[in-house]
Amino acid sequence: MHIPDGYLSPVTCGVMYAASAPIWYKATKKIEKTLTSRTVPLLSIFSAFSFAIMMFNAPVPGGTTAHAVGGTLIAIVLGPWAATIGVSIALLIQALFFGDGGILSFGANTFNMAIVLPFVGYAVYQLISRNAPASSSRHWIGAAIGGYVGINAAALAASIELGLQPLFFHMANGTPLYCPYGLAQTIPAMMLAHLTVAGFAEAVVTGGVVAFLQHTMPYLLKLRLRKDTVA
Amino acid sequence: MKDINKLWVALGILALLSPIGLLASGTAWGEWGTDEFPTMLGYVPQGLARFSDLWRAPLPDYSIPGLGSNVGYIFSALVGMALVILVSWGIGKILTGKKL
Repeated sequence: MHIPDGYLSPVTCGVMYAASAPIWYKATKKIEKTLTSRTVPLLSIFSAFSFAIMMFNAPVPGGTTAHAVGGTLIAIVLGPWAATIGVSIALLIQALFFGDGGILSFGANTFNMAIVLPFVGYAVYQLISRNAPASSSRHWIGAAIGGYVGINAAALAASIELGLQPLFFHMANGTPLYCPYGLAQTIPAMMLAHLTVAGFAEAVVTGGVVAFLQHTMPYLLKLRLRKDTVA
Repeated sequence: MKDINKLWVALGILALLSPIGLLASGTAWGEWGTDEFPTMLGYVPQGLARFSDLWRAPLPDYSIPGLGSNVGYIFSALVGMALVILVSWGIGKILTGKKL
């Protein structure tokens, strides 16, 4: 889901930066209030986890690959605003040092994977686990389903950004300038990869880690109860 | 919060296991290099060709010059995680500065 440079027109890239920027700003303001010197190491641990988990490419029918992101997991432990910052940092390092995702398209990639993904995933998790006791299985089940829905929402956003390119940006004779595939191709291709493979990878990772934390470090799942400032 | 140390160990294990991520062959959909377009599409879209090499990453595709793909991937995971930790720790410290 890491859109490389050249697939989106510079105009689209500008729009996506403009969409992400105010949310980055709000996220820093939010975590300024919620993050403490005790939870900073957790932000680092879960951001690094997100970086690493994205390296586990899984095969997708049709010969392509996809991977989990871990954004919903960060949202569950530290809140969706912290997840935006954490996943954005992971994506920044991936783009700058490893060429995974572009520089111009960084705003689009963060919008999809660091904003849409954790906020949608967290909303679904909340819907399922709200008011459930800390040991309830509704937490890890909600985490798994939230992870699945969140990453698919992100994939849908990416496929729309890509699929709009040939419609708006082409040469006089109609030859596409950037991503050459329209919505009719990008949406089925991206959704196939994420509904069948990456969504389940994200569900297993998110639900699995939340179940693990419930059993071994339940206090990590209660961090947010004390200072929940997120709507 | 002492057993948070276990989570650091888990990150190290994750790095060692990362070459599992190399087993799947093929490129992620929509992440092809310009070299893949001629056979796939018959041409390289002009704008795509123009911007695709805008930035040259020092360790492209999580490879490290001189190291095999598996060892390079593990080191890339370690280097990448170290950088993510450094940046997130720095941002975290700045944002929580008032509370130190």
